[in-house]
Amino acid sequence: MRGLLGLAGLLVIVEALPRSGLVDDGYLPPTSRIVAALGDEVVTAEFWQAVADTLTAWVIGLAVAVAAGVVVGVAIGAVPVLRAATSSTIEFLRPIPSVALIPLAVLLYGTDLGSTLLLVVYAAFWQVLVQVLYGVADVDPIADETARSFRFGAWARIRHVLWPTALPYVFTGVRLAASVALVLAVTAELVIGAPGLGKMIAVAQTSGAVPDMYALIAVTGLLGVAINLAARAFERRTLAWHQSVRGEVPA
Amino acid sequence: MLSVSGLRKVYQPHVEALRDLTFTVERGELVCLVGPSGCGKTTLLRCIAGLLEPTGGKVSLDGREVSGPPPGLAMVFQEYGRSLFPWMTVRDNVELPLKQKRLPRTRRSALVEESLTAVGLAGSESAYPWQLSGGMQQRVAIARAVAYEPSTLLMDEPFAAVDAQTRADLEDLVRSLWQRLGVTVLFITHDIDEAVYLGQRVLMLSSSPTVVQDEITVDLPAERDQLHTRADPRFTELRTHVYEQIQAAKLSTRTG
Amino acid sequence: MRKVAYVLGLPVVLFAAWYLISAGSESFYAPPLRDILASFGRTWTLDRLQADVLPSLLRLTAGFLLAAVIGVALGVAIGLGPRLRATVEPVLEFFRAIPPPVLVPVIMLFAGIGNGMKIIVIVFGCVWPVLLNTVEGVRAVDSVQLDTARAYGINGFDRIRRVVLPSASPQIAAGLRQALSIAIILMVISEMFAASNGLGFTIVQFQRSFAIPEMWSGIILLGLLGFGLSLLFRLAEGRALRWYHGLRAASKGR
Repeated sequence: MRGLLGLAGLLVIVEALPRSGLVDDGYLPPTSRIVAALGDEVVTAEFWQAVADTLTAWVIGLAVAVAAGVVVGVAIGAVPVLRAATSSTIEFLRPIPSVALIPLAVLLYGTDLGSTLLLVVYAAFWQVLVQVLYGVADVDPIADETARSFRFGAWARIRHVLWPTALPYVFTGVRLAASVALVLAVTAELVIGAPGLGKMIAVAQTSGAVPDMYALIAVTGLLGVAINLAARAFERRTLAWHQSVRGEVPA
Repeated sequence: MLSVSGLRKVYQPHVEALRDLTFTVERGELVCLVGPSGCGKTTLLRCIAGLLEPTGGKVSLDGREVSGPPPGLAMVFQEYGRSLFPWMTVRDNVELPLKQKRLPRTRRSALVEESLTAVGLAGSESAYPWQLSGGMQQRVAIARAVAYEPSTLLMDEPFAAVDAQTRADLEDLVRSLWQRLGVTVLFITHDIDEAVYLGQRVLMLSSSPTVVQDEITVDLPAERDQLHTRADPRFTELRTHVYEQIQAAKLSTRTG
Repeated sequence: MRKVAYVLGLPVVLFAAWYLISAGSESFYAPPLRDILASFGRTWTLDRLQADVLPSLLRLTAGFLLAAVIGVALGVAIGLGPRLRATVEPVLEFFRAIPPPVLVPVIMLFAGIGNGMKIIVIVFGCVWPVLLNTVEGVRAVDSVQLDTARAYGINGFDRIRRVVLPSASPQIAAGLRQALSIAIILMVISEMFAASNGLGFTIVQFQRSFAIPEMWSGIILLGLLGFGLSLLFRLAEGRALRWYHGLRAASKGR
């Protein structure tokens, strides 16, 4: 309830600041004009094409990153020697900023979807991988030894001990990766000019369509909020059966 | 002197925790409060410490009405692990309230050293609380209270979470500190033996909504020790009496 | 000995593999590592570092520190006021969800393309994780710790400084860590948009002029920078939160 008040307050402030002349309305147009610009945008096919392009890059990039992160994470996690041997490399590669790859992406793919995907996959992959590794490290040694004492094979141990333990972490990784993937998708479009919302923002900026630019930025924010909420809801629903979540429910 | 008169506390909506509590603790006295679990002991203590606003009645300490944490009062909480600040060393934990009192540095370090020695923790100044055992952590909390030089010491079930042997040691520590420093001590516990062993007087509380059910004076010798005092026939009589009163208090709420 | 082998083994193997496989490379985009390394030494001379890397780092530091101060201060205020928090939380969630680089065109409107713009962009992008994590940390301060502080007369600003902030510091550090990686991204992006110097600007220049080994050397430098800063942050955090890691280890052992 109060939250709605806060949102309403933001809209009022953005309306009042330029109208009162405190802020140049060429820099910050009032809410009403941003909303009007948004209204004009949402009836164009171009706008929806851009949304679809951004979401396509997001979905494909996220799917590839999650698949790769899970496979690599479980493989590394299940073999202690691999875990020890790769940890320094992962620690080194992970903090490399994804935007460092922008020039490379441009050279390889130009302004195609491929450019966006390269950045999205790179950034989202680490989020998933790191969480999976946390999850694998969380496996109870007693549970693992129990499985071993019953002569479970490697595959059965992964399936029945390692995977269920790591699953909540995998979902956390997917949730984090989902928002990072959106950020990188929009960034790549904005900087490189690959098709999508980011490119529309860049076009609106260079053509001086300030209200449209604000409207499109608001749309990326709303997309981000929607993805966050959906990812949290998905995490809760899929894990409702899981011990670690059940345990947190207050009695 | 601590005096509580007509104290009443009602939580919203309509949960009466304390009904009507009146008692006094004389200057330099050691009084134990016992009551069945869930009888509002902690609510009472928080009202006395000025951490909670009572609905009715009043608390006064050394003649001044309590309307916020009073200056001459120190408190030892049951949850020592949460009451000590884990980001500070033992020394800093004990010293922090003294800094707030704006005592000069030399005075502060003298008080810290004195109080840590008094609780048997000299030499642990640079350790962090979480590096110590539970009993030692509670000793730090007691040292912090003692170093504050309070006129009144409130102790809220301080030994409920430590093992039995540590507990006996800490009980003797409280008695000896009290005798040496001459502070007023109000000690809350759910353990009847502990109340009788420690106190000069024992106040028994009823179940919630709480009133003072009964009161006894513990006429055991002032020099007490775990072995002989607890074997004293008079000790047994007193604890039986307190036990009966507490049982009666529980029954009366169940039927009423 | 064995530990050293584990730490250095794979990086050495990967490096050697890259070196050998790329050695005879005719590909324009993937020149031999030997050439990249040679151009690294040629490109990132002391003058270059001073002219391009230093301004980038100064803007990064200024933006990050400002964001940290603003985020913590606002976070404490919001975290201590439940009504304020309930009011502004959805707004904050919205701002956090906006991909930070899209702020570059907005802030260019207000602040032009100078140092001010780049610092404001970094502040605006970094402040949200710090702010929201501080709010969470302040909310989660233990009630017994607060009671203890009150009972011993630790009030007002002293309570915030001695109890609330240290207690929330592990969460704040987590927010700062996120903010640091966003800061690096925004440092680069803001320079790619409009700049006459800086690491991001230089790398894009190399790419546009098809100076491929130089571009690769720039990417490697950025990677080293990211790694170095995160290492620095980890060291600082490990020092400042020694009590927290000790506490966690102690409660796990029990």
